[in-house]
Amino acid sequence: MSKVVKILGTGCPKCQAMTGVVKDVISENNIDATVEKVEDIMKIMTYNVMTTPALVIDDVITIKGRVPSKTEVLDLLK
Amino acid sequence: MFDWLQHFADWLIYSVLNIGADTHLGSTLNFFVYDTIKILILLFIIVFIMGIVNTYFPIERLKNYLNKNKLYGLEYLFSSIFGAITPFCSCSSVPLFIGFVQGGIPLGVTFSFLITSPLVNEVAVAMFLGMFGVNATLIYTVSGIILGTVGGWVLGKFNLEPLLSDWVKNIMAQKNQHDHYQEEKRTFKQRLPEITQSAWDIIKGVILYIIIGVAIGGAMHGYVPENFFNEFLGGGQWWTVPLAVIFAVPMYANAAGVVPIIQVFVAKGVPLGTAIAFMMGTVGLSLPEATLLKKVMSLKLIAIFFGVVTLAIIFSGFLFNMVL
Repeated sequence: MSKVVKILGTGCPKCQAMTGVVKDVISENNIDATVEKVEDIMKIMTYNVMTTPALVIDDVITIKGRVPSKTEVLDLLK
Repeated sequence: MFDWLQHFADWLIYSVLNIGADTHLGSTLNFFVYDTIKILILLFIIVFIMGIVNTYFPIERLKNYLNKNKLYGLEYLFSSIFGAITPFCSCSSVPLFIGFVQGGIPLGVTFSFLITSPLVNEVAVAMFLGMFGVNATLIYTVSGIILGTVGGWVLGKFNLEPLLSDWVKNIMAQKNQHDHYQEEKRTFKQRLPEITQSAWDIIKGVILYIIIGVAIGGAMHGYVPENFFNEFLGGGQWWTVPLAVIFAVPMYANAAGVVPIIQVFVAKGVPLGTAIAFMMGTVGLSLPEATLLKKVMSLKLIAIFFGVVTLAIIFSGFLFNMVL
Protein backbone atom coordinates (compact mmCIF):
# COMPACT_ATOMS: atom_id res chain seq x y z
CA MET A 1 0.00 0.00 0.00
CA SER A 2 1.26 3.39 -0.87
CA LYS A 3 2.44 5.39 2.08
CA VAL A 4 1.48 9.01 2.60
CA VAL A 5 4.44 11.06 3.73
CA LYS A 6 3.94 14.63 4.89
CA ILE A 7 6.64 17.10 5.74
CA LEU A 8 5.53 19.88 8.05
CA GLY A 9 7.56 23.05 7.94
CA THR A 10 7.26 26.72 7.19
CA GLY A 11 10.08 26.69 4.65
CA CYS A 12 13.12 27.13 6.84
CA PRO A 13 16.47 25.63 5.71
CA LYS A 14 16.05 22.62 7.99
CA CYS A 15 12.65 21.84 6.47
CA GLN A 16 14.13 21.92 2.99
CA ALA A 17 16.95 19.65 4.12
CA MET A 18 14.41 17.16 5.47
CA THR A 19 12.43 17.22 2.22
CA GLY A 20 15.64 16.50 0.31
CA VAL A 21 16.55 13.53 2.50
CA VAL A 22 13.06 12.01 2.31
CA LYS A 23 12.78 12.40 -1.47
CA ASP A 24 16.23 10.88 -1.98
CA VAL A 25 15.42 7.86 0.17
CA ILE A 26 12.15 7.26 -1.63
CA SER A 27 13.63 7.43 -5.11
CA GLU A 28 16.81 5.52 -4.28
CA ASN A 29 14.89 2.61 -2.78
CA ASN A 30 11.86 2.66 -5.09
CA ILE A 31 9.49 3.07 -2.18
CA ASP A 32 5.82 3.42 -2.99
CA ALA A 33 5.01 6.70 -1.27
CA THR A 34 3.65 10.15 -1.97
CA VAL A 35 5.37 13.17 -0.47
CA GLU A 36 3.40 16.23 0.48
CA LYS A 37 4.85 19.42 1.89
CA VAL A 38 2.65 21.17 4.42
CA GLU A 39 3.73 24.78 4.67
CA ASP A 40 0.60 26.45 5.98
CA ILE A 41 1.20 27.17 9.65
CA MET A 42 -2.49 26.70 10.47
CA LYS A 43 -2.45 23.19 9.02
CA ILE A 44 0.86 22.42 10.70
CA MET A 45 -0.56 23.32 14.07
CA THR A 46 -3.40 20.81 13.72
CA TYR A 47 -0.69 18.15 14.11
CA ASN A 48 0.24 19.58 17.47
CA VAL A 49 3.95 19.79 16.74
CA MET A 50 6.03 22.42 18.48
CA THR A 51 9.24 22.15 16.55
CA THR A 52 9.61 22.04 12.81
CA PRO A 53 10.42 20.32 10.53
CA ALA A 54 8.27 17.32 11.34
CA LEU A 55 7.90 14.08 9.42
CA VAL A 56 4.47 12.50 9.30
CA ILE A 57 4.10 8.99 7.86
CA ASP A 58 0.55 7.71 7.41
CA ASP A 59 -0.70 10.28 9.91
CA VAL A 60 1.81 9.37 12.61
CA ILE A 61 4.37 11.97 13.61
CA THR A 62 7.70 10.20 13.56
CA ILE A 63 10.32 12.90 13.74
CA LYS A 64 10.16 16.49 14.85
CA GLY A 65 12.56 19.37 15.17
CA ARG A 66 15.54 17.90 13.39
CA VAL A 67 16.83 16.66 10.09
CA PRO A 68 17.01 12.84 10.06
CA SER A 69 19.66 10.72 8.38
CA LYS A 70 18.86 8.65 5.30
CA THR A 71 19.09 5.33 7.14
CA GLU A 72 16.67 6.60 9.77
CA VAL A 73 14.11 7.62 7.17
CA LEU A 74 14.56 4.31 5.36
CA ASP A 75 13.86 2.41 8.59
CA LEU A 76 10.72 4.44 9.16
CA LEU A 77 9.44 3.89 5.63
CA LYS A 78 9.98 0.15 5.53
CA MET B 1 42.99 26.81 28.70
CA PHE B 2 43.84 28.56 25.46
CA ASP B 3 47.60 29.05 25.92
CA TRP B 4 48.34 26.53 23.21
CA LEU B 5 46.16 28.49 20.82
CA GLN B 6 48.07 31.70 21.53
CA HIS B 7 51.29 29.81 20.81
CA PHE B 8 49.79 28.55 17.59
CA ALA B 9 48.69 32.05 16.52
CA ASP B 10 52.13 33.46 17.38
CA TRP B 11 53.83 30.68 15.45
CA LEU B 12 51.54 31.02 12.42
CA ILE B 13 51.71 34.79 12.07
CA TYR B 14 55.19 35.63 13.35
CA SER B 15 57.13 32.58 12.10
CA VAL B 16 55.30 30.98 9.19
CA LEU B 17 53.94 34.15 7.59
CA ASN B 18 56.91 36.09 8.96
CA ILE B 19 54.96 39.22 9.86
CA GLY B 20 56.56 41.10 12.75
CA ALA B 21 54.89 41.04 16.16
CA ASP B 22 55.47 44.77 16.50
CA THR B 23 53.75 45.63 13.24
CA HIS B 24 50.15 46.68 13.12
CA LEU B 25 49.25 43.98 10.62
CA GLY B 26 51.00 41.31 12.67
CA SER B 27 49.15 42.01 15.89
CA THR B 28 45.82 42.38 14.09
CA LEU B 29 46.21 39.06 12.27
CA ASN B 30 47.35 37.33 15.45
CA PHE B 31 44.28 38.61 17.24
CA PHE B 32 42.06 37.45 14.39
CA VAL B 33 43.42 33.90 14.25
CA TYR B 34 43.35 33.49 18.02
CA ASP B 35 39.84 34.90 18.55
CA THR B 36 38.21 33.10 15.63
CA ILE B 37 39.54 29.67 16.58
CA LYS B 38 38.81 30.18 20.27
CA ILE B 39 35.21 31.18 19.59
CA LEU B 40 34.67 28.25 17.23
CA ILE B 41 35.93 25.80 19.86
CA LEU B 42 33.76 27.34 22.58
CA LEU B 43 30.76 27.35 20.28
CA PHE B 44 31.20 23.69 19.43
CA ILE B 45 31.49 22.73 23.11
CA ILE B 46 28.43 24.74 24.12
CA VAL B 47 26.23 23.57 21.26
CA PHE B 48 27.29 20.01 21.98
CA ILE B 49 26.38 20.27 25.68
CA MET B 50 23.06 21.93 24.81
CA GLY B 51 22.39 19.11 22.36
CA ILE B 52 22.86 16.54 25.12
CA VAL B 53 20.66 18.51 27.52
CA ASN B 54 17.96 18.76 24.88
CA THR B 55 17.78 15.05 24.21
CA TYR B 56 16.88 14.59 27.87
CA PHE B 57 14.53 17.56 28.13
CA PRO B 58 12.62 17.73 24.86
CA ILE B 59 10.28 20.67 24.57
CA GLU B 60 7.16 18.49 24.92
CA ARG B 61 8.33 17.30 28.29
CA LEU B 62 8.99 20.88 29.43
CA LYS B 63 5.53 21.89 28.29
CA ASN B 64 3.89 19.04 30.17
CA TYR B 65 5.91 19.87 33.25
CA LEU B 66 4.75 23.50 33.19
CA ASN B 67 1.21 22.38 32.60
CA LYS B 68 0.92 19.73 35.28
CA ASN B 69 2.73 21.28 38.21
CA LYS B 70 1.54 24.08 40.41
CA LEU B 71 4.55 26.31 40.67
CA TYR B 72 3.23 29.30 42.63
CA GLY B 73 4.63 32.00 40.38
CA LEU B 74 7.86 30.14 39.67
CA GLU B 75 6.44 29.01 36.34
CA TYR B 76 7.62 32.28 34.78
CA LEU B 77 11.17 31.63 35.93
CA PHE B 78 11.06 27.99 34.78
CA SER B 79 9.64 28.91 31.42
CA SER B 80 12.37 31.53 31.01
CA ILE B 81 15.10 29.00 31.89
CA PHE B 82 13.58 26.49 29.46
CA GLY B 83 13.72 29.22 26.82
CA ALA B 84 17.42 29.66 27.50
CA ILE B 85 18.32 25.97 27.17
CA THR B 86 16.15 25.30 24.12
CA PRO B 87 18.01 25.96 20.89
CA PHE B 88 16.49 28.92 19.15
CA CYS B 89 15.31 28.79 15.57
CA SER B 90 13.20 31.68 14.38
CA CYS B 91 11.06 29.40 12.22
CA SER B 92 10.09 27.39 15.28
CA SER B 93 8.95 30.33 17.37
CA VAL B 94 5.41 30.36 16.02
CA PRO B 95 4.75 26.60 16.43
CA LEU B 96 6.27 26.81 19.91
CA PHE B 97 4.05 29.72 20.83
CA ILE B 98 0.90 27.94 19.68
CA GLY B 99 1.96 24.66 21.24
CA PHE B 100 2.28 26.40 24.58
CA VAL B 101 -1.02 28.28 24.59
CA GLN B 102 -2.80 25.26 23.12
CA GLY B 103 -1.44 23.13 25.93
CA GLY B 104 -3.13 25.43 28.42
CA ILE B 105 -0.07 27.37 29.50
CA PRO B 106 -0.93 30.98 30.39
CA LEU B 107 0.03 33.62 27.85
CA GLY B 108 2.40 35.39 30.25
CA VAL B 109 4.35 32.20 30.92
CA THR B 110 4.53 31.58 27.17
CA PHE B 111 5.92 35.08 26.72
CA SER B 112 8.64 34.36 29.30
CA PHE B 113 9.77 31.52 27.06
CA LEU B 114 9.47 33.60 23.92
CA ILE B 115 11.58 36.44 25.36
CA THR B 116 14.47 34.32 26.65
CA SER B 117 14.64 31.86 23.78
CA PRO B 118 16.37 34.19 21.28
CA LEU B 119 17.98 36.34 23.98
CA VAL B 120 20.00 33.61 25.63
CA ASN B 121 21.02 31.25 22.87
CA GLU B 122 24.07 29.07 22.39
CA VAL B 123 25.71 31.35 19.84
CA ALA B 124 25.35 34.46 21.99
CA VAL B 125 26.70 32.64 25.05
CA ALA B 126 29.72 31.24 23.19
CA MET B 127 30.52 34.63 21.69
CA PHE B 128 30.27 36.36 25.05
CA LEU B 129 32.45 33.73 26.66
CA GLY B 130 35.05 34.14 23.94
CA MET B 131 35.12 37.93 23.88
CA PHE B 132 34.25 39.07 27.40
CA GLY B 133 35.10 36.15 29.67
CA VAL B 134 33.14 34.16 32.24
CA ASN B 135 31.86 36.98 34.46
CA ALA B 136 30.27 39.04 31.71
CA THR B 137 28.75 35.86 30.26
CA LEU B 138 27.15 34.98 33.59
CA ILE B 139 25.78 38.51 33.92
CA TYR B 140 24.36 38.33 30.41
CA THR B 141 22.79 34.89 30.87
CA VAL B 142 21.34 35.48 34.33
CA SER B 143 19.98 38.91 33.47
CA GLY B 144 18.50 37.52 30.23
CA ILE B 145 16.64 34.87 32.24
CA ILE B 146 15.46 37.43 34.80
CA LEU B 147 14.35 39.73 32.01
CA GLY B 148 12.28 36.93 30.47
CA THR B 149 10.76 36.10 33.85
CA VAL B 150 9.79 39.67 34.66
CA GLY B 151 8.75 40.52 31.11
CA GLY B 152 6.43 37.49 30.93
CA TRP B 153 4.99 38.25 34.33
CA VAL B 154 4.25 41.88 33.39
CA LEU B 155 2.69 40.80 30.08
CA GLY B 156 0.63 38.22 31.95
CA LYS B 157 -0.90 41.01 34.02
CA PHE B 158 -2.51 42.56 30.95
CA ASN B 159 -5.54 40.89 29.48
CA LEU B 160 -3.96 39.98 26.16
CA GLU B 161 -5.84 36.85 25.02
CA PRO B 162 -8.39 38.82 22.96
CA LEU B 163 -5.51 40.23 20.92
CA LEU B 164 -4.46 36.85 19.53
CA SER B 165 -5.36 36.02 15.93
CA ASP B 166 -8.79 34.45 15.49
CA TRP B 167 -7.52 31.12 14.28
CA VAL B 168 -5.26 30.84 17.34
CA LYS B 169 -8.26 31.47 19.56
CA ASN B 170 -10.11 28.72 17.70
CA ILE B 171 -7.26 26.31 18.21
CA MET B 172 -7.23 27.15 21.89
CA ALA B 173 -10.97 26.57 22.14
CA GLN B 174 -11.13 23.23 20.36
CA LYS B 175 -9.16 20.55 22.04
CA ASN B 176 -9.23 17.95 19.27
CA GLN B 177 -5.55 17.57 18.99
CA HIS B 178 -3.79 15.28 16.68
CA ASP B 179 -1.61 13.47 19.13
CA HIS B 180 -0.30 10.29 17.62
CA TYR B 181 3.25 10.87 18.55
CA GLN B 182 5.64 7.97 18.88
CA GLU B 183 8.05 8.73 21.66
CA GLU B 184 11.51 8.39 20.23
CA LYS B 185 13.13 5.48 21.94
CA ARG B 186 16.73 5.66 21.01
CA THR B 187 19.78 5.29 23.14
CA PHE B 188 22.24 8.04 23.85
CA LYS B 189 24.78 6.30 21.64
CA GLN B 190 22.39 6.41 18.71
CA ARG B 191 21.78 10.09 19.25
CA LEU B 192 25.40 11.09 19.61
CA PRO B 193 26.11 11.29 15.87
CA GLU B 194 23.06 13.54 15.44
CA ILE B 195 24.13 15.83 18.25
CA THR B 196 27.58 16.14 16.71
CA GLN B 197 26.07 16.69 13.30
CA SER B 198 23.76 19.46 14.48
CA ALA B 199 26.64 21.12 16.33
CA TRP B 200 28.54 21.20 13.04
CA ASP B 201 25.49 22.50 11.22
CA ILE B 202 25.15 25.40 13.65
CA ILE B 203 28.83 26.23 13.29
CA LYS B 204 28.61 26.07 9.51
CA GLY B 205 25.68 28.46 9.67
CA VAL B 206 27.48 31.13 11.70
CA ILE B 207 31.15 30.69 10.81
CA LEU B 208 30.99 33.39 8.13
CA TYR B 209 29.45 35.87 10.59
CA ILE B 210 32.10 35.05 13.17
CA ILE B 211 34.93 35.60 10.70
CA ILE B 212 33.46 38.87 9.41
CA GLY B 213 32.61 40.07 12.92
CA VAL B 214 36.04 39.28 14.33
CA ALA B 215 37.72 40.80 11.26
CA ILE B 216 35.78 44.07 11.56
CA GLY B 217 36.36 44.07 15.31
CA GLY B 218 40.07 43.46 14.82
CA ALA B 219 40.35 46.25 12.25
CA MET B 220 38.44 48.64 14.49
CA HIS B 221 40.69 47.80 17.41
CA GLY B 222 43.67 49.03 15.47
CA TYR B 223 42.17 52.12 13.90
CA VAL B 224 39.65 53.56 16.34
CA PRO B 225 41.48 55.79 18.83
CA GLU B 226 41.38 54.97 22.55
CA ASN B 227 38.37 56.45 24.35
CA PHE B 228 36.84 57.42 21.03
CA PHE B 229 33.34 56.43 22.14
CA ASN B 230 33.82 57.93 25.54
CA GLU B 231 33.23 61.33 24.08
CA PHE B 232 29.71 60.71 22.91
CA LEU B 233 28.61 57.30 24.16
CA GLY B 234 30.58 56.87 27.32
CA GLY B 235 30.57 59.63 29.90
CA GLY B 236 27.43 58.44 31.68
CA GLN B 237 24.83 60.45 29.77
CA TRP B 238 21.55 58.78 30.67
CA TRP B 239 20.16 58.81 27.14
CA THR B 240 22.85 56.59 25.66
CA VAL B 241 21.19 53.40 26.96
CA PRO B 242 17.72 54.02 25.47
CA LEU B 243 19.33 55.27 22.28
CA ALA B 244 21.47 52.13 21.94
CA VAL B 245 18.46 49.85 22.58
CA ILE B 246 16.06 51.67 20.28
CA PHE B 247 18.68 51.58 17.56
CA ALA B 248 19.26 47.85 18.19
CA VAL B 249 15.68 46.53 18.25
CA PRO B 250 14.76 46.69 14.54
CA MET B 251 18.22 45.45 13.60
CA TYR B 252 18.40 41.79 12.78
CA ALA B 253 21.89 40.67 13.40
CA ASN B 254 23.43 37.41 14.24
CA ALA B 255 24.97 37.33 17.71
CA ALA B 256 28.09 35.96 16.04
CA GLY B 257 28.63 39.13 14.05
CA VAL B 258 27.61 41.62 16.72
CA VAL B 259 29.61 40.57 19.77
CA PRO B 260 33.14 41.16 18.36
CA ILE B 261 32.09 44.68 17.36
CA ILE B 262 30.50 45.35 20.74
CA GLN B 263 33.72 44.18 22.35
CA VAL B 264 35.58 46.98 20.55
CA PHE B 265 32.98 49.50 21.70
CA VAL B 266 33.59 48.42 25.29
CA ALA B 267 37.37 48.45 24.88
CA LYS B 268 37.15 51.99 23.53
CA GLY B 269 35.07 53.39 26.33
CA VAL B 270 31.40 52.36 26.03
CA PRO B 271 30.13 51.12 29.42
CA LEU B 272 29.55 47.35 29.54
CA GLY B 273 25.93 47.84 30.62
CA THR B 274 25.12 49.93 27.54
CA ALA B 275 26.83 47.31 25.39
CA ILE B 276 24.88 44.41 26.94
CA ALA B 277 21.62 46.32 26.49
CA PHE B 278 22.51 46.93 22.84
CA MET B 279 23.28 43.25 22.38
CA MET B 280 19.96 42.22 23.98
CA GLY B 281 18.09 44.59 21.69
CA THR B 282 19.73 43.14 18.58
CA VAL B 283 19.32 39.43 19.28
CA GLY B 284 16.20 39.50 21.48
CA LEU B 285 13.88 41.51 19.26
CA SER B 286 13.90 42.02 15.52
CA LEU B 287 11.63 42.98 12.66
CA PRO B 288 11.71 39.48 11.06
CA GLU B 289 10.52 38.05 14.37
CA ALA B 290 7.68 40.57 14.46
CA THR B 291 6.68 39.50 10.94
CA LEU B 292 6.54 35.86 12.00
CA LEU B 293 4.54 36.65 15.11
CA LYS B 294 1.99 38.55 13.01
CA LYS B 295 0.56 35.16 12.08
CA VAL B 296 -0.49 34.52 15.65
CA MET B 297 -1.09 37.93 17.19
CA SER B 298 -2.53 41.29 16.29
CA LEU B 299 -0.22 44.24 15.62
CA LYS B 300 -1.34 45.75 18.91
CA LEU B 301 -0.18 42.70 20.83
CA ILE B 302 3.16 42.67 19.02
CA ALA B 303 3.58 46.35 19.86
CA ILE B 304 2.81 45.69 23.54
CA PHE B 305 5.17 42.70 23.59
CA PHE B 306 8.03 44.62 21.93
CA GLY B 307 7.33 47.69 24.06
CA VAL B 308 7.48 45.84 27.37
CA VAL B 309 10.63 43.95 26.40
CA THR B 310 12.32 47.10 25.08
CA LEU B 311 11.57 48.94 28.33
CA ALA B 312 12.86 45.98 30.33
CA ILE B 313 16.11 45.94 28.33
CA ILE B 314 16.59 49.69 28.78
CA PHE B 315 15.94 49.33 32.49
CA SER B 316 18.49 46.52 32.81
CA GLY B 317 20.99 48.62 30.87
CA PHE B 318 20.68 51.36 33.48
CA LEU B 319 20.96 48.78 36.23
CA PHE B 320 24.16 47.27 34.75
CA ASN B 321 25.78 50.67 34.41
CA MET B 322 24.98 51.44 38.03
CA VAL B 323 26.16 48.10 39.39
CA LEU B 324 29.09 47.17 37.15
